[in-house]
Amino acid sequence: MAVDVWKRIPVREQDPKVRATNFEEVCLGYNKEEAEDEATRCLNCPNPQCVKGCPVSINIPKFIMELKEGNVEKAYQTISESSALPAVCGRVCPQESQCEGKCVRGIKGEAVSIGKLERYVADTAREMGIKPQGATEKKNKKVAVIGSGPAGLTCAGDLARIGYDVTIFEALHEAGGVLVYGIPEFRLPKDAVVKKEIENVKSLGVKIEKDVVIGKSVTIDSLMKDEGFEAVFIGSGAGLPRFMNIPGEQALGVFSANEFLTRSNLMKAFSSESTTPIMHPKKCVVVGGGNVAMDAARTALRLGSEVHIVYRRGEEELPARKEEVEHAKQEGIIFDLLCNPVEILEDENGWVKGCKCIRMELGEPDESGRRSPVEVAGSEFEIECDAVIMSLGTSPNPLISSTTDGLEINRRKCIVAEESNGQTSKEGVFAGGDAVTGAATVILAMGAGKAAAKGIDEYLSSK
Amino acid sequence: MFKILEANELAANIHQLIVEAPRVAGTCLPGQFLIVRAEEDGERIPLTICDYDREKGTVELVVQALGAESRKICRKKAGDTLADVVGPLGNASDLCSEDIEELKKKKIVFIAGGVGTAPVYPQAKWLKEQGVDCDVIIGAKNKDLVILEDRFKSVCNLYVTTDDGSYGRSGMVTKCLQDLYDEGKRYDHCVAIGPMIMMKFVCKLTKELEIPTVVSMNTIMVDGTGMCGACRLTVDGQVKFACVDGPEFDGHKVDFDQAMMRMKLYATEEGRLALKEQEGDTHHGGCGNCD
Repeated sequence: MAVDVWKRIPVREQDPKVRATNFEEVCLGYNKEEAEDEATRCLNCPNPQCVKGCPVSINIPKFIMELKEGNVEKAYQTISESSALPAVCGRVCPQESQCEGKCVRGIKGEAVSIGKLERYVADTAREMGIKPQGATEKKNKKVAVIGSGPAGLTCAGDLARIGYDVTIFEALHEAGGVLVYGIPEFRLPKDAVVKKEIENVKSLGVKIEKDVVIGKSVTIDSLMKDEGFEAVFIGSGAGLPRFMNIPGEQALGVFSANEFLTRSNLMKAFSSESTTPIMHPKKCVVVGGGNVAMDAARTALRLGSEVHIVYRRGEEELPARKEEVEHAKQEGIIFDLLCNPVEILEDENGWVKGCKCIRMELGEPDESGRRSPVEVAGSEFEIECDAVIMSLGTSPNPLISSTTDGLEINRRKCIVAEESNGQTSKEGVFAGGDAVTGAATVILAMGAGKAAAKGIDEYLSSK
Repeated sequence: MFKILEANELAANIHQLIVEAPRVAGTCLPGQFLIVRAEEDGERIPLTICDYDREKGTVELVVQALGAESRKICRKKAGDTLADVVGPLGNASDLCSEDIEELKKKKIVFIAGGVGTAPVYPQAKWLKEQGVDCDVIIGAKNKDLVILEDRFKSVCNLYVTTDDGSYGRSGMVTKCLQDLYDEGKRYDHCVAIGPMIMMKFVCKLTKELEIPTVVSMNTIMVDGTGMCGACRLTVDGQVKFACVDGPEFDGHKVDFDQAMMRMKLYATEEGRLALKEQEGDTHHGGCGNCD
């Protein structure tokens, strides 16, 4: 098949009508022929811009050239030199604003589908049983990693690859952080993809101790003093949900997106086999416009609900990825933009019966350049519903910072750390990801985990 | 995996397990709780700590078989394992951070209802170890449901009351407290742990009697680490998460009616699952109680 160099090879997806009723992955990915055809579109730039757009600096042209030659194993090893989670990143990175956003092909035509190619390589390598290459010699130094989300897994993977003895401590019963509790099955399959990717990190020698809540089960100070860890990386994320503090928020049927998604994703409550209950709303309002809001909305839809996304700004300002918004629309999610809840209405038994909203309009841009929404007086209206899911963002859990001596935090309760190497105010303690930045993206957390691994190596090498 | 060293039935449907969980045993304090999953595919449920042994690295749980998951836990035998035991979670009892000499001056009463008796034990025991005396009222439906009596006797002045009068005093815990008050007992501090309805009525009474009262809120929980807000409740007009801000709160400031209402959230789902669990292979739907 002749390839039109200006256009990307389309990727196969489940039909919107069908997928709206199941939890199987929406995007089916490339097959061998499609991937190799798409790979021919890469110009193998001598000064590749795409690499600059990748927070973990994967050698993109090199892996694509290997793929073009049909050498998946070499392509995989090239990627895994930089990324511990390629099957995840190929699926959930906002490539349009990262690698693909910088691709020169994108100037005149469509950028090379770097994310889909990365995914193809990682998926194929997994099917072929190819593992990442581990350390050749051991350094005999112990490093503790707090949290097994993208930041922690990346940091642990990088440190293990250069020979450190790494243990990850995870509070939940399953490793992966937001990859297992936050991002739904239909975007990121848990058993088929996330578990296998974590197995790969373990195959590098990383140990994972689950059911350990740092700050409660053991403190960082005690890990360093009593258990022989010479450095610690904190990648505990930003998992504390926000509520609006409006009347009716305690009604039955009001959930944080974290609760709703944790029940569905981590506890598999979407499946009738699970013993963890979840509400199956008939008509539900999801408040917020980020990726988490899209995930919660599409999950509620699959549980059989009519879903309204209520967001206080306009379509242009939606913080979610374009692809996610598109997918949500195709599946039939209704967007009620430029409006905001002011009260949740309850019936006589305490259950949600509606959401009272007010219309908004965008005012002048503020210092950050964002036009802030202002209420239109007298424009209140009601949306009838039996559930409301709050997806207003999250902030870091103060559990670790409040139980670690000498760890500086800022007024948003984020840990203060150097961007270049993750060093915190406490010697030997490094941090990165959402615990430092507040809620951001998977790949930025991975970038921070990577920088901290380098910082920890430099610190321990000079010690 | 967490190994079960001992498993005993204390009363009908109330089981005691001693579990190897060295990290929990190493740091837990009275007032804290655990999240437990029986099996790999199970639900996370909050359970209280009844006792712990730092040397042996063990914690003791007392579980009442109510829902699908607690039923599974209660079926466990010595030598079996629990898939997950997470903790200790929540804050330790405020008593643990108070000045011991000040504590010794206080007249403290604990009021325990049903399986809430278990989490009262480590608090009374801890006080005893510090040389602080306390009174404990245990309330149970009937004689057969009174648990841990002998162990309490060794750490406190114990009053047992049964709803049907089949053992000890007769009537609810609130009647027992009122009777003790009428007999001339005065208290400076009350801790009530049990069903929400019991804690609500204890608080109503202690407010009249002007006894500051702490309650331990047993709300619905998922993660138990503050990331979901399933356990949220209103205390003094503020939204709190029981798992990280509590579980103990000033009982005179808790909105009990709202907290009790929120317990209904999954009532039907749980009932459906419990039925499925009970009936096992004989369950085939069509009864109208499940789908």
